[in-house]
Amino acid sequence: MQRRTLLKSSAAALVAVSLAGPALAQDPLKVGFIYVGPIGDLGWSYQHDQGRLAIEEEFGDKIETVYLESVPEGADAERALTQMAMQGADLIFTTSFGYMDPTINVAAKFPDVKFEHATGYKRADNVATYNARFYEGRAVMGTIAGHMTKSNKIGYIGSFPIPEVIQGINATFIHAQKVNPDVEISVVWAYTWFDPAKEADAAKALIEQGVDVILAHTDSTAPLAEAAKTEGVIGFGQASDMLDFAPSPRVSSIIDDWSPYYIKRVQEALDGTWTSTDTWGGIGEGEVVIGEITDAVPAEVKAEAEALAAAIGDKSYHPFTGPLNKQDGSAWLAEGEVADDGTLAGMNFYVEGIKGDIPQ
Amino acid sequence: MMGSIDPILLIASLMVASTPILLAAIGELVTEKAGVLNLGVEGMMIVGAIAGFAMAVETGSPLMGFLGAALAGAALSLIFAFLTQVLLSNQVATGLALTLFGIGFSALIGQGYTGVRPPPTPKMDFGPLSDIPVIGPMLLRHDPMVYVSILIIAAVWAFLKFTRAGLVLRAVGESHDAAHALGYKVVRLRVLAIAFGGACAGLGGAYLSLVRVPQWTEGMTAGAGWIALAIVVFASWRPWRVLAGAYLFGGVTVLQLNLQAAGVAIPVQYLSMAPYLITILVLVLISADRRRAAQNAPASLGRVFHASS
Repeated sequence: MQRRTLLKSSAAALVAVSLAGPALAQDPLKVGFIYVGPIGDLGWSYQHDQGRLAIEEEFGDKIETVYLESVPEGADAERALTQMAMQGADLIFTTSFGYMDPTINVAAKFPDVKFEHATGYKRADNVATYNARFYEGRAVMGTIAGHMTKSNKIGYIGSFPIPEVIQGINATFIHAQKVNPDVEISVVWAYTWFDPAKEADAAKALIEQGVDVILAHTDSTAPLAEAAKTEGVIGFGQASDMLDFAPSPRVSSIIDDWSPYYIKRVQEALDGTWTSTDTWGGIGEGEVVIGEITDAVPAEVKAEAEALAAAIGDKSYHPFTGPLNKQDGSAWLAEGEVADDGTLAGMNFYVEGIKGDIPQ
Repeated sequence: MMGSIDPILLIASLMVASTPILLAAIGELVTEKAGVLNLGVEGMMIVGAIAGFAMAVETGSPLMGFLGAALAGAALSLIFAFLTQVLLSNQVATGLALTLFGIGFSALIGQGYTGVRPPPTPKMDFGPLSDIPVIGPMLLRHDPMVYVSILIIAAVWAFLKFTRAGLVLRAVGESHDAAHALGYKVVRLRVLAIAFGGACAGLGGAYLSLVRVPQWTEGMTAGAGWIALAIVVFASWRPWRVLAGAYLFGGVTVLQLNLQAAGVAIPVQYLSMAPYLITILVLVLISADRRRAAQNAPASLGRVFHASS
């Protein structure tokens, strides 16, 4: 594993440097992006790149963007970031959890460059963090999944056992169980963000176990392609709309829309009002969008899911509202109590009812 | 525990999961037997993946897709052959460059194919044989490429062991100077071996994009080519061991995913490490016994040949 990442990383970094946008205009703000997968993944990295295109559209000649795709998480990211900073980037978005320490390290060496790290929790004077409340979308998917499953088994392909993914699993299960008390969830950890063959194999393994609803927290459309092979199995678009698989197996999707955030932050950088902040937007802020629910879902289920999304959006409902117990049966949230962001950001436990352990 | 794993389904999906690396590895084995180390397997695979995908989508025929993939893989490998055999460039560097080029080039030609669904590859029809209990669902319900890959293994084995041409190929890989002195066309043979390796890698890539996933995504081989290279070493350059190695590597991946799906508590990291640990172990073992190591690894592997030297 290590050897090939090493070889691949030098490869990716060498070939992927790409300049885009008009290069002239007096001293444009140079905005850099580091992606963990290819921008053609039609998922996570694709959506971040859509955000990059949105700021180009918005600011035109006032900015210039650069991006590096398929940068492995870990030590090589540090090299890629250093290179980008040395090439004169003024604001750099690092768009995967595993870039957290490299971002902090490089930011210390370039105090004049502003950094924005997605989904992490370490900040500095020139490092801001931002994330989206994907679990809000998962709550809506969980509701649909609970209604739609006939075998009462739903499957979840996790990437890495990190809080962001565990929130999603818990939110899915809580809401599936709410509408279907018999539901069970099986989790498969793929230990990768992007490996279509492995993601497809994981989906296949779940389907062979009788799962008929597949959720994925990895970056490609492969789980949907696998689900499409078996009649009666449904899934959801993840990170991007993945409409190519509608109306079935893709019955709805969680879309990450980074454009509003990127436009706001670039504007602040241009105005000189940029500061290190921590932003965590959800459905209400427009960062998490529920993709169209197709006709494969009965109308009343669709209405219920949409109502839930609306309630989460206007903050009248929080997906983690008590009473909720942890997996071991100990109390977590009392009746009516709502989870605080600190607990969610460090979530490392399953809620009651989920079987299996989180790998440590 | 949610349920137990059905060994029949497990072996069936293991065969499917292993086929891409199996094809790429057997091609690389022939290339290396001729004394050429081509590290561009990953690049040739991914170009095969998009070429096969595009061909299958445009013609509507998976068979044409696989043909196109083999041709594309071979064409790409001929660039490598030209650079290393004619211009005598360094094989390691050229192979790496080929991988970089392949990944970028496939992304370029793949632009219009993301989100497209390929024509389905039909399963082989063995008639009533497919209904034999256990063996039927396990072995006789696959798509043709699974059987083709095993046939290629058998053919390579027979070619290297029993034919005169195979003997010459091995001679070229063991000592190109001696083979040259005997009048064998070292460069021509190596070019052919490289092209065969490229064609097989292309087939492996197309199997990913047409059968196993099936869709086109940039970078979808995700390191499978490097695993294929490891399998050749693991197999100590023997065709049937390539089959065993590929099924082991593919099998461990599928097994750990299935164990997780079945709710069995196992530390997946150890299973994921296992094939690599075994490869290292095999390397240590074959290098510990010098005589046997000399028998297996082609002696001229990776060395530049020039007729004047």
